[in-house]
Amino acid sequence: MTLTELANPTRFLSLATRILPWLAILTGVLLAIGLYQSAVAPDDYQQGATVKIMFIHVPNAWLSMFVWGVMSVASLGTLVWRHPLADVAAKAAAPIGAAFTFLALVTGSLWGRPMWGTYWEWDARLTSVLILFLMYLGLIALWRAVEDPSRAARAAAVLTLVGAINIPIIKFSVDWWNTLHQPASVMKMSGSSLDKSFLIPLLVMAVAFSLLFITLHLAAMRNEILRRRLRALQMLQASKPVALP
Amino acid sequence: MSALGALIRRDVHIAVRVGGGALIGVLFFLTVVVLMPFALGPDLALLARLGPAILWLGALLASLLTLDRLFTADHDDGSLDLILMSRMPLELACAAKALAHWLAAGVPLIVATPVLGLLLNLDGRATLAVALTLLAGTPALTFTGMIGAALAVTLQRGGLLLAVLVLPLSIPVLIFGVAASNAAILEQGTLTFSTPFSILCALSLASLVIGPFAAAASLRHGLD
Repeated sequence: MTLTELANPTRFLSLATRILPWLAILTGVLLAIGLYQSAVAPDDYQQGATVKIMFIHVPNAWLSMFVWGVMSVASLGTLVWRHPLADVAAKAAAPIGAAFTFLALVTGSLWGRPMWGTYWEWDARLTSVLILFLMYLGLIALWRAVEDPSRAARAAAVLTLVGAINIPIIKFSVDWWNTLHQPASVMKMSGSSLDKSFLIPLLVMAVAFSLLFITLHLAAMRNEILRRRLRALQMLQASKPVALP
Repeated sequence: MSALGALIRRDVHIAVRVGGGALIGVLFFLTVVVLMPFALGPDLALLARLGPAILWLGALLASLLTLDRLFTADHDDGSLDLILMSRMPLELACAAKALAHWLAAGVPLIVATPVLGLLLNLDGRATLAVALTLLAGTPALTFTGMIGAALAVTLQRGGLLLAVLVLPLSIPVLIFGVAASNAAILEQGTLTFSTPFSILCALSLASLVIGPFAAAASLRHGLD
């Protein structure tokens, strides 16, 4: 099954319908395991039980950037290869990415209150993630402003690729600017600085959240294809000549 | 090359003539800055402290206001189609249009800065710093804003959508512009003027490269 074969929406729909239940089950199982492991993970000697926010916050933050990456690849697919499903993928990913970004901001703010003593701080990473959230909202607004989906797709693709510049800024903001948010601790060249009892639940949660994204994304893409078919049928219906009495 | 020169000259002429939008931007800049003391109170020390931020915000909003005209007028009278079909690379044409727009709408903002600095109780040094950062930063605002203008003209929904799309992209310019101005005023040991100012110049240069390509891609794909 190559990417070109998937260009046929009907083939994609049948594949999505077949694998979606299995993906959903796998996601549920992994989420349950991850949540259980996070619940029984030991308290941090400094942060106490609040460290458990990390197991939700970090996967959300990773995904907020990963989803923009997915949309950037899809936008390349729209502009370069004119892949028919690329703009469906880009459009379906935007609200999901916005939701992950919002959750990352909210959980981070709830974690910041006991740790830093403030819900919000204008530091480099928080600000850049907030900009990412605003760009998600702008992108959704762009999708909703235009009725013709293919026209909206090309405009959104250009904006997505321009906005992709923000992703490395978010990733490295904590290394470039010495600010309140801690620098990278899980993925480092010198190995993770996280203890195993925290690292394993975190990685399980990260995989579970990624699967959750894939499940939601596939479902949203299926809905979008069906929505476009419905629209085409309605246009066809409307353009039919009415028999005058 | 002569075609590019002609395009720049034409755009500047249209912008400064009757019906052009160049001076509206300066007027808007003036109005925004004059509004601030009414909102903050006529406390001269506070105004001097907030001055660079007020001037930068005013310039940002003023440049946003005139961006709408970058492509819409040409799209309405059909000359945008001629530019699209001409032998000149569309990227260069976009760069020329943005340069003309900056000359007509961006430079007047910088020229007006010293006068507005007086209203905000800024001393000569601070005014010079703000004018210098605006000189380095407004090209970035124009060239990133051009992307939004190109998107908006292909969608035939300008106005509000343009602001929503462009403002997040211009946040880094605002951050480093105000940081450089404040560093020049406060003269603290740890905070130097040159670091944020260099980043501001880098942002302008990067947008000089990215802006024309993204705008041309959006025009090429959107107007068919």
